[in-house]
Amino acid sequence: MTVRKNQANLTPAEKRRFVDALLELKRSGRYDTFVTTHNAFIMSDTDNGDRVGHRSPSFLPWHRRFLIQFEQALQAVNPDVALPYWDWTVDRSPTSSLWAADFLGGTGRSRDGQVSDGAFAVTAGKWPVSVRVDGRGFLRRALGSGGQQLPTRAEVDSVLAMPTYDTAPWNSASDGFRNHLEGWRGLNLHNRVHVWVGGQMATGVSPNDPVFWLHHAFIDRLWAQWQARHPGSTYLPAAGTPNVVNLNDVMRPWNDVTPADMLDHTRHYTYDTAA
Amino acid sequence: MSQLSRRRALGASATALAGLALTGFARTAEPSGPPAAGHGNGEAHSPEGSGHTPAQPKPFDESFKGRRIQGAPSHHGGHHGAGYSVRIDGEELHVMQNADGTWISVINHYETFTSPRAVARAAVVELQGSQLEPLL
Repeated sequence: MTVRKNQANLTPAEKRRFVDALLELKRSGRYDTFVTTHNAFIMSDTDNGDRVGHRSPSFLPWHRRFLIQFEQALQAVNPDVALPYWDWTVDRSPTSSLWAADFLGGTGRSRDGQVSDGAFAVTAGKWPVSVRVDGRGFLRRALGSGGQQLPTRAEVDSVLAMPTYDTAPWNSASDGFRNHLEGWRGLNLHNRVHVWVGGQMATGVSPNDPVFWLHHAFIDRLWAQWQARHPGSTYLPAAGTPNVVNLNDVMRPWNDVTPADMLDHTRHYTYDTAA
Repeated sequence: MSQLSRRRALGASATALAGLALTGFARTAEPSGPPAAGHGNGEAHSPEGSGHTPAQPKPFDESFKGRRIQGAPSHHGGHHGAGYSVRIDGEELHVMQNADGTWISVINHYETFTSPRAVARAAVVELQGSQLEPLL
């Protein structure tokens, strides 16, 4: 059974296995298909049209399925690998071990944002940024450069306290847990972390940065924590809502999985500590 | 008659070309009227929509940090029905309007801005001189 661990608790061997599996997915071309898929959804999900991956109730089950698929791709390279999660309420500094050269590498240099240490630096030769929105083919970051702070645990708890999963109009204007977690409204959790990392993580091709998966694994874990706190609440809308994925509607691009199928993460993996 | 229509059409095209160099901006050469409905967008028609269509921002064309940034309502709805097109040095920047009227772009996709011009300026800062890739 796959156990997703806090990245801060990984052993050096676990970090190496994870990084090596990422590099192999990149080499084989599989990695970039995930970047392409994400960008296609982020550009086509609109507040008043069809919306599946973002700014909609299915933001959480869509990314849960997307991460499972990615994790399975990693495990096809090395079955001992699981996705770690980044609890940015605790590891909230550019000096965290997450950003060390033996793991994801650090922030970008000031001149051009280029990450210049670790396995994902362009100078290491194994991480070309090919699915891109501008001419730059190297991984970039600007950790915390905007002066913004990562969300705090108190801020996370205030969002986890919201008992309603999602509300009409089921988009970036919604009240409720999903949109406050996604960050279009209120304190801003998920969106703010993308902006804090900067570089490709702030763009539509954000999965170009491997931290994308660790960020979303933590968002996924927060959904599990929300479920544990609100056993009487569930995914909404239940049925009949146009343009959005209802509880038992299938989700693109898989077309064989529904939000209902994604509600229980323990069918696919568990976390290192109880949600 | 047909000659006149053709010249008028050519004139409109020439104006658009001289101004913004793409057909999507041709609307700026026409008299102001109700904004074109973005295809497949369903703005203002969707029962699940926010209940109002935010006002269409005005065109702009300026130099910002050495880059030419332009924005205008687009007749064909722009990419994915945005209804407004933004360009940086002639290359289209994918932008999207949120239900609350704020804007994002593919360069700053998780941060909202009050106008397409603000989105374009933020993208210029983020690009640090590099060129946008053509939209897929």
